[in-house]
Parts: sequence; structure tokens; C-alpha cells
Amino acid sequence: MKWYTNNAKDSDVVLSTRIRLARNLKNYPFPTKLNASAKMQVNELVRDVLIDENEKDLHYIVMQDLPSYQAVSLAEKHLISPEFASESTGRALILSDEEDISIMLCEEDHIRLQVIYPGLSLDEAFEKASELDKKLENSLEIAFDERIGYLTQCPTNLGTGMRASVMLHLPALSKSSAMARLASTVSKLGLTLRGAYGEGSEPVGDIYQLSNQVTLGISEEAAIKNLKSIAAQIVQQEKQARSAILKDDEMVDKIFRAYGILKSARMITCSEFTSLVSYARLGAAAGLIDIPLETLGKLLVEMQPATLNSITGKANTAQERDKIRAQKIREALK
Amino acid sequence: MLCQNCSKRQAVTHIKRIVNGEATETHLCSECAHSLGYDGLFDNFSLNIPDFFSSFFGDSPFALSSERTERCEKCGSSFDDIIKTGMVGCANCYETFYDKLLPSIQRIHGRSKHAGKTPPISKEASRPKEKTTSEIISEKEEEMKKAIESQNFEQAAVLRDEIKALREGK
Repeated sequence: MKWYTNNAKDSDVVLSTRIRLARNLKNYPFPTKLNASAKMQVNELVRDVLIDENEKDLHYIVMQDLPSYQAVSLAEKHLISPEFASESTGRALILSDEEDISIMLCEEDHIRLQVIYPGLSLDEAFEKASELDKKLENSLEIAFDERIGYLTQCPTNLGTGMRASVMLHLPALSKSSAMARLASTVSKLGLTLRGAYGEGSEPVGDIYQLSNQVTLGISEEAAIKNLKSIAAQIVQQEKQARSAILKDDEMVDKIFRAYGILKSARMITCSEFTSLVSYARLGAAAGLIDIPLETLGKLLVEMQPATLNSITGKANTAQERDKIRAQKIREALK
Repeated sequence: MLCQNCSKRQAVTHIKRIVNGEATETHLCSECAHSLGYDGLFDNFSLNIPDFFSSFFGDSPFALSSERTERCEKCGSSFDDIIKTGMVGCANCYETFYDKLLPSIQRIHGRSKHAGKTPPISKEASRPKEKTTSEIISEKEEEMKKAIESQNFEQAAVLRDEIKALREGK
């Protein structure tokens, strides 16, 4: 079940849920202390544990074998980190057919296990991640200390090594003054709220990521429960804010204008598309325009530069991409 | 110039460091440099995050204060290496530098005791071990935090005095 082509609970606000576990092998130094061949040794050890006869769904990819636009495309889909895409030496990826499981090998830690599901599905994603984790722990000696938990290369991940996050589409809240207040409130509760695209700067397309900050001194279950309850409150607030701004004629006009441009443009850049699709998604979620949310979700991921290149199978120029992008959007919204 | 460690071979690796505000120079041959973990010094420059994360350790009272460089016997990292890169070298480093790392860990997370799950292998190999003073302090701090949260101020005050006594080495 690809996270960007399916709907689930609260999909009108929550695009996806992700659980990430950081794990290391006890008997190997952390990746910065390993050379390329030692890294590949680690990668293959993990591969042999996770991929067996019964597990036909998982595939092992040596990053050096992957063209760079395909690697960047995986980062655009949030399946790997941008950093992982930028350096391929000594790195490998285990990816499921449905792209719901992606395991980065020799990124910052030996193992970065990630499960990503559509909508708000923290419990389900955690259950799947734990299942894979158990498989690892039964066969490999994982670096662990009773006092400070799972040992990670960066001390910010000590403890559970777990980062749980939800990706939120918050067009109404970002247009109100509540956003800054919200970010500072959640930070007091041990969570972080930031733009999901474009690190640090103005969030593109009103898409935010809410994740747990603290990993030590809190159990996995408690961290997830905390995140779930805050996410639910933000969803509630966003829905209220939406019904308020949709009473405004100017906002409704903006939604239909955005829809008009998307349906008829002949060339469109990624950033123009991303900001227009935010309006269209707001309109679609409210039932103003008749497009399934999945269609927009799929476009949101696939219209990014490297993913577009991946789909067409070649490295297009920016201008070519703008043309192909406009054409694909018109086809999807027909 | 001969290697300062083995006094046998030519020194080819020259290390300049600032210790307690004074510049010191160490000259080593390639073998000794390797065995002391000084090769691959430039590995870390390909990483972009160290500057940011090293700030977590930067103001630690232990930063750059170790005269005789203690190194992790598994991967050769010194505590200075960890401060500079913000990255710990291997699992054993956490054992070697536990007391030095603990204040930073506590600052990052606000807590210092794991509360999540335990892997099955570790459970079997669980070893009874004597607690270090800093562990006892951090446990007491945790208890104090809980006492304050539950408004049990009398108990918190007792704990506070115990922590103070431990810190002063009584």
C-alpha cells in the first residue's frame, strides 16, 4: 500500500505516518568509522537476515547501481534521506514492492528501518516496524546498553532510537496566526513541527511534519501515544480552521483559480504546482471540486523533478520537465 | 624527527592540539598514528552535520580537558574526536566515555535512563554491575523530577541534598 496513492484515516489532513528505528550492530564500529568494503559487509549481513525465501516482497539495492535521479526520486518519496541519496559509496537499501518498508543501510547508523503508511496509522506502522526489528534482533547482536538504550552514532537518537512522524497538510492553519503558536506549544511537549519540504525555510505547499524529539527516558508506546494525541488535536484544529476560511469568497475563488490553472497550464514549475495543489487539495477535501484526494497525493509526489525523470526514464531539462509536468497534471485531472 | 610514541621510525603524522589553552604538538610515525586512531582524520570532513551537533558537547565541562588522551580500545576514538564530529565512534565508545558523555546526553534528552524496550539478547546477557556515582546522581535526579511533578516537595528536598552530597564527593 503506497503511502501516496492510498487513503486512510484522516487522509484529508494527514498525508502519511512514518516510524523510523535506528539500530547498529554491536561488533562493528559506526558507519563513519567504516570503509566502503566493511560497510558492504554490514549491509549484506542485514540483507541475509531480512531477505529469505519467504520474503519475496523485499529487495536489496546497492546504491551505487542506481542512477542518481532514481536515488533522488526515492528521497522525494521520503523513502530515503536526501543525505543518503547524495552519497552512494558503501550504502545499500532494502525496499518493499509497495514502498511501505525502506531500510537504509550504513546511513548515519548501520540500520535505519522505516515503515511508512498512508493517513494517520501510527499503531499499525509501529507494529510492522517492531516485527522487522524482532527479526533483526533474533539473528544479529544489536548495540544496546541497559542504561541508555539502543546505541546510535549520534547521541540525539539514544534510547528507543525511534522517530515517529506524521506528515500534515495544514493549508488553513498556515494561513492563520496559529501556526507559530502551535509550533512552540508542541515543542514544550517533546515534539517538533516543521515544514516537510525545504528544510527550515517557509514550508512549501503547507505541508508539515510532526515528530517526537526525545528518544531517551520515554517508552515507544508512550512516545507514540503522545504524538497521536497531539496529531489528533492538530487535525481537529485544522478542520475547524478550514470550515472557517471556506466561508470566505476570496478563498473559494483562489481554490477554483488554482484548479483552473492546474487543468489547463501548458508549462508548470514544481514550486508553482506545489503551492497550487495545496489549494486544490483543500477544495477537494471540502468537496468543492470533484477530484479524489489520492489523485492529488500521487501528483504531489510524482511531479517532483527527479521522480518525473524516473517516470519518463531519462534526465530531462527543467524546461522539458515543466512541459511534461503540465501534461501529466492535465491528464490526471481530466 | 623520530616518532614520539615508539622512538624508532620517522614521524610523518603531526598533530597539533589545544589542551587547556596551550598548543601541543605530537609527532608520530604512520604505524603508531594508525594504532592510536589518527588515520582517516579527514573522513569526517565529508560529513556536513558535525558543526551543528558538536554544539551539544561544546560547553561540556569535559571538553578539551583530557591531558592524557584516553581512547576507545575498539575504534580508537578519543573524547575530543567525538566532540569535534558530534558522532560517537562505536558502541564501545559509550562504555569508555560513559561518564563524560552523560551530561550531554542528559542535556539533549532531559533524561538519562532508557525506558523503552530491550532486545532479547541483551536481556540474557544482562550483567549485574556496580553503579558509578554519575549513574546514581542521574537516577536520583530522575526521582527528584518525579517527586516535583507529583508535588512531593519534602522527598524532592531530601533527594536534592543527597545529590549535592554525592556531587561534592562525600
